[in-house]
Amino acid sequence: MSAPLLSLRGVSAYYGSVAALRGVDLDVNAGEIVTLIGANGAGKSTLMMTVFGAPRARSGTISFAGEDITGLPTHAIARLGLAQSPEGRRVFPRMSVLENLQMGAALHGGRYFAQDLDKVCTLFPRLKERLSQRAGTMSGGEQQMLAIGRALMSRPRLLMLDEPSLGLAPLVVKQIFGAISALNREEGMTIFLVEQNAYHALKLAHRGSVLVNGRITLSGPARALLDDPSIKAAYLEGGHAPAAPAGAGV
Amino acid sequence: MAAAQTRASASPAAILRDAGLFALAAFGLCVPIVSYRTDLGNNGLELTPRWGLVAGLCAAVFVLRVVQRLVLERRAARVALTPSPHQASEPVGAEPNAGQRLPRLGLPLFVGFALFLPLIAALASGGLSPARYWIDLGILILTYVMLGWGLNIVVGLAGLLDLGYVAFYAVGAYSYALLSTVFGLSFWVCLPLAGLFAGLWGVMLGFPVLRLRGDYLAIVTLAFGEIIRLVLINWTDVTGGAAGITSIPRATFFGVPFKAGPDGFSGLFGLAFDPMHRIVFLYYLILALALITSLVTLRLRRLPLGRAWEALREDEIACRSLGIDTTKTKLTAFALGAMFGGFAGSFFAVRQGFVSPESFNFLESAIILAIVVLGGMGSQLGVAVAAVAMVGGPELLRNLGFLKAVFGEGFDPNEFRLLLFGLAMVAMMIWRPRGLIADRMPTVALGRRRAIGKDLVREGHG
Repeated sequence: MSAPLLSLRGVSAYYGSVAALRGVDLDVNAGEIVTLIGANGAGKSTLMMTVFGAPRARSGTISFAGEDITGLPTHAIARLGLAQSPEGRRVFPRMSVLENLQMGAALHGGRYFAQDLDKVCTLFPRLKERLSQRAGTMSGGEQQMLAIGRALMSRPRLLMLDEPSLGLAPLVVKQIFGAISALNREEGMTIFLVEQNAYHALKLAHRGSVLVNGRITLSGPARALLDDPSIKAAYLEGGHAPAAPAGAGV
Repeated sequence: MAAAQTRASASPAAILRDAGLFALAAFGLCVPIVSYRTDLGNNGLELTPRWGLVAGLCAAVFVLRVVQRLVLERRAARVALTPSPHQASEPVGAEPNAGQRLPRLGLPLFVGFALFLPLIAALASGGLSPARYWIDLGILILTYVMLGWGLNIVVGLAGLLDLGYVAFYAVGAYSYALLSTVFGLSFWVCLPLAGLFAGLWGVMLGFPVLRLRGDYLAIVTLAFGEIIRLVLINWTDVTGGAAGITSIPRATFFGVPFKAGPDGFSGLFGLAFDPMHRIVFLYYLILALALITSLVTLRLRRLPLGRAWEALREDEIACRSLGIDTTKTKLTAFALGAMFGGFAGSFFAVRQGFVSPESFNFLESAIILAIVVLGGMGSQLGVAVAAVAMVGGPELLRNLGFLKAVFGEGFDPNEFRLLLFGLAMVAMMIWRPRGLIADRMPTVALGRRRAIGKDLVREGHG
């Protein structure tokens, strides 16, 4: 296999003097979905943000497509073709959906805008209905779709999603995970998925890693992890079982 | 009134009782404040009872409260009767509502009125010279409109709270004052230079505060404004200290001075000499400068840079992760905002013919910021309306003669300026907490609405 698209080697990150990541090794190969699961406060989001240079890794190297990005500023990293849908979605609330998508396409100066807009609208038909609506007035699920759509507008080589299922109704989670899977299957999009919803994430992904207290404790094919008894005990049983009945508010 | 009360859903007795309570409270307040006027007479303090005035005030409070209750009741009744047109899951109507259409009509109206103001004023007061008061007031208001539009870039679009904007105004004013008195440069050479200097100072302020946001940023910019003022006061060799710089050359009509004689403006155009020509010229000069500020802002909002400013205001982290260089974005906002402040400052200097640190105190910054906030952050028309209200309002107050009839001959409405100012602020906080025109128009639209967007641009050019 050729060199991985994204590769972390011995990455440590700190908030002040508190270690959040301790020597993390991780690879994401082109064309696959890799998921990172772990409990609250394990450092999943920190890992994703460290790739983006905020917080900066205090030791170790992060490389993307063969280029060392450990010391690059966040916007320069994004320009290399890394896009993220950040935790808590972070859409621009007072701007319209269309403007949000346009911000995503800002990297290319709008060259592929019309074409990419069509693609995002096909992936998330809900967004198409709401292009002129203020992003902040949409439901959580729609905002999540927008955050993913906005990331896609930059034509990324690697899409990083931080907890896309956070606070969403099971039915909407299913929709969003379906879209993620379709992106990978049909367009070969490489996806790095940070999730607490271990069952869904592992079902979707090719490979998975488990993060505990800033360390990767387990890595392997997603199928194998799904069947691993320790994972089952820690992350899958008691509340994270397959989809609860739909009907809760979006 | 009785008929109106019966229509309201709350019982008239309840409303009257409520208003009565208000009147009673007003009475309680009036007793110590209003009921006796104290004059220094021959035998010490003389008390003049003013119970009539107290009664009048209480009655006014009573009536106002009744009217307010009635208005609120009717609104509540209307809301209760109107079914909600949409389910929450349906898309919200894409057509602009009346509040959103207002800016489209309002800005051209404002510009149109501003264009013809000298003519209207001259016709109304019978000649240019009697109209001077109105044209001067127009110049003053337009200066603040321009400052408001300039600060709007920093505060309204980029969301960077700047409490020291007057510093750039000062830099512009002193740039012109010094360049023209020391080097004898003309206004048209100094204007871009003043803008450039102010812009440079904007970047200089921007660099250290790049990492600050919100309250912290506000404090640093406040300090920056004060530093500039203190430097102007204390650097006596260059700035003339507190005495300022006097006899700054006046504006010329692109090199032709406004003076009597054959080589003056009037002589050249075959007009009778009138000192008002210069005032009218200044009026159109500031109008043009203000319009340039507005046009640049409107244009930039549609370009990636302006869009990035707005995104920065909304969410800095998301901005960075989309590949936007937030450092550059912030610095350009500071620099451009400061540049327009500098233009306005150099206009101020050429108009006054005199600059001193007195003119650039914190109150000026506060007024400009209040104009932006009251107008609705980011709204061009809102800023213009707020500038008219904030600067023109107190002037109007001066002319309200009938207030003298109510409050006595010695009443100077201008002394109550700050009180009314505060009242207006409180009223705004209650009814329009997000500014007069809080609706932000999207800068891009698909399909039919794109045509409207182009129209707006064309109107803006006019």
